[in-house]
Amino acid sequence: METILSLKDLTKKYGTLTAVDNLSFTIEKGNVYGILGPNGSGKSTTLGMVLNVVNKTSGEFAWFSGNMDTHEALKKVGAIIEHPNFYPYMTAAQNLALVCKIKDVPKSKIDEKLEIVGLLDRKDSKFRTFSLGMKQRLAIASALLNDPKILILDEPTNGLDPQGIHQIREIIRKIAAGGTTILLASHLLDEVEKVCSHVVIIRNGKKLYSGPVDAINASHGFFELQAKNMQLLQELLIAHPGIENVSEKENIVTAILREPMEAETINEYLFEKGLSLSYLVKRKESLEEQFLQLTNQTTSV
Amino acid sequence: MLRLLEIEYHKLRYSRSAKILVFTYFILITFIALIASIEFNLGAINFRVADQGIFNFPYIWHFNSYIAALLKLFLAIVIVSMMSNEYSNRTLKQNLIDGLSKKEFIASKFLTVTVFSLISTLFLFIVSLILGLSFSDFTEASIIFSDMEYMIAYFVKLTGFFAFCMFLGILIKRSAFALGFLFIWWILESIVYGVLKWQIFRDSEIADNIARFFPLESMSNLIKEPFSRLSAVQTAATQLGSEFDKDYGIHWDQLLIVIFWTAIFVFLSYSLLKKRDL
Repeated sequence: METILSLKDLTKKYGTLTAVDNLSFTIEKGNVYGILGPNGSGKSTTLGMVLNVVNKTSGEFAWFSGNMDTHEALKKVGAIIEHPNFYPYMTAAQNLALVCKIKDVPKSKIDEKLEIVGLLDRKDSKFRTFSLGMKQRLAIASALLNDPKILILDEPTNGLDPQGIHQIREIIRKIAAGGTTILLASHLLDEVEKVCSHVVIIRNGKKLYSGPVDAINASHGFFELQAKNMQLLQELLIAHPGIENVSEKENIVTAILREPMEAETINEYLFEKGLSLSYLVKRKESLEEQFLQLTNQTTSV
Repeated sequence: MLRLLEIEYHKLRYSRSAKILVFTYFILITFIALIASIEFNLGAINFRVADQGIFNFPYIWHFNSYIAALLKLFLAIVIVSMMSNEYSNRTLKQNLIDGLSKKEFIASKFLTVTVFSLISTLFLFIVSLILGLSFSDFTEASIIFSDMEYMIAYFVKLTGFFAFCMFLGILIKRSAFALGFLFIWWILESIVYGVLKWQIFRDSEIADNIARFFPLESMSNLIKEPFSRLSAVQTAATQLGSEFDKDYGIHWDQLLIVIFWTAIFVFLSYSLLKKRDL
């Protein structure tokens, strides 16, 4: 697999504060990555370092094969950080033309990319007249101008209204469907869950997890069950070897699995023992629950 | 190199305030010609400035380069704001993310500064040539093109001054404060010179010899004031019993000092940008 970006022990210190602490991970081609972490966890600083705007304190990072100047490599990257930054006195098209000059790409792509983000009819309006949502979409168009090998988005939906958030997510989904590698930094779990296949979780600049989203913890999910005889239900569940833990809350029994098991299996087992269920659902923890578990684990350690 | 200039030209051409200031600057340079039309009527004597020899070759090169250099503040505003706006619009950050290196960023700005100085020098050359050809008493080619070193000095002086403005724009990040700092710097130089001259090294040339190494002082020393060189003034002075014994020439060591400062300011701008986290 082709490596797009690799970080090795990357560290950034601001005085005594360590914003990013020996961070290492690798971005492979074709996946959609999320960097997840609470506000101030070092997401933006990490992106700032690989994007040449923040000086690293120690460690290494390498773009593509690693034998290219960072600024040359960045011409093949599309990135937006926090705010959409453009020249307020230029129109959308003029701003994009400038980006084309910097990235050394032909101007012919401007209309095509404005079309993708739905701003073609506003191409001759000055940037300062744009709403935040439009600015953010223009930023995405600008990041796409060079048909980048990787698109880096830092909190792309921050501060947008629900409609704006929806628009941006639709655009990201479309781009991801086209096979572009994406790196998305966010503190919004459902955003990452909806869009990403892989995730890097950081807190206080330290990496807690990196890998596929659905393998964050090795859990096999859990059942939620209900029956007339709740006591018998609990006893039977505890007796089953495949179930690790049983608890009851608000008249629903939750059974956490020790090994993979289908809902049919538990239904048959209970029916054989003479109990019929009135309610049975198999669920996996949401990313949010997993995320909280993960961050709590490290707090207690 | 052309790419870097194109990038900077693109940034400036759509900025209305930059355009207005640049046009004002060049129009004001042409207004030197208006001096020609100044006339006094002192009783019976009709005094016309143009007749006093200020547009004579080669004196006109000295006179015009001195007067035109006073107008450099207009371009200085453009240069300071083209630096500091990159900070306030955060476009510097975006430029770097888009793949411009920090070195290229400084290079594009310094190239622009050089091109501004070059255009201004060429423009002044043409204006002076036209004015001279219309009013000068001597129009032989050998006289017209003597004292051309004033044009070189003018170019070096502007480049040095603009490089200083560029550095201040990066250092202070706000155009108004950067221009204010420029003014404060100028006062500081005068104060230091005053202290040296009247307190520490009284009655000697040492203070002047130190002050000519100051950045702004070295730039202003490059082209000395031309007024006392006018024949009318000289005559008047002689009649009053005093005599001007001043060296109006351009000196290569002064040029070197300014070029040295230019290099320092470009280097400082670059190392400042390199060190900063954006």
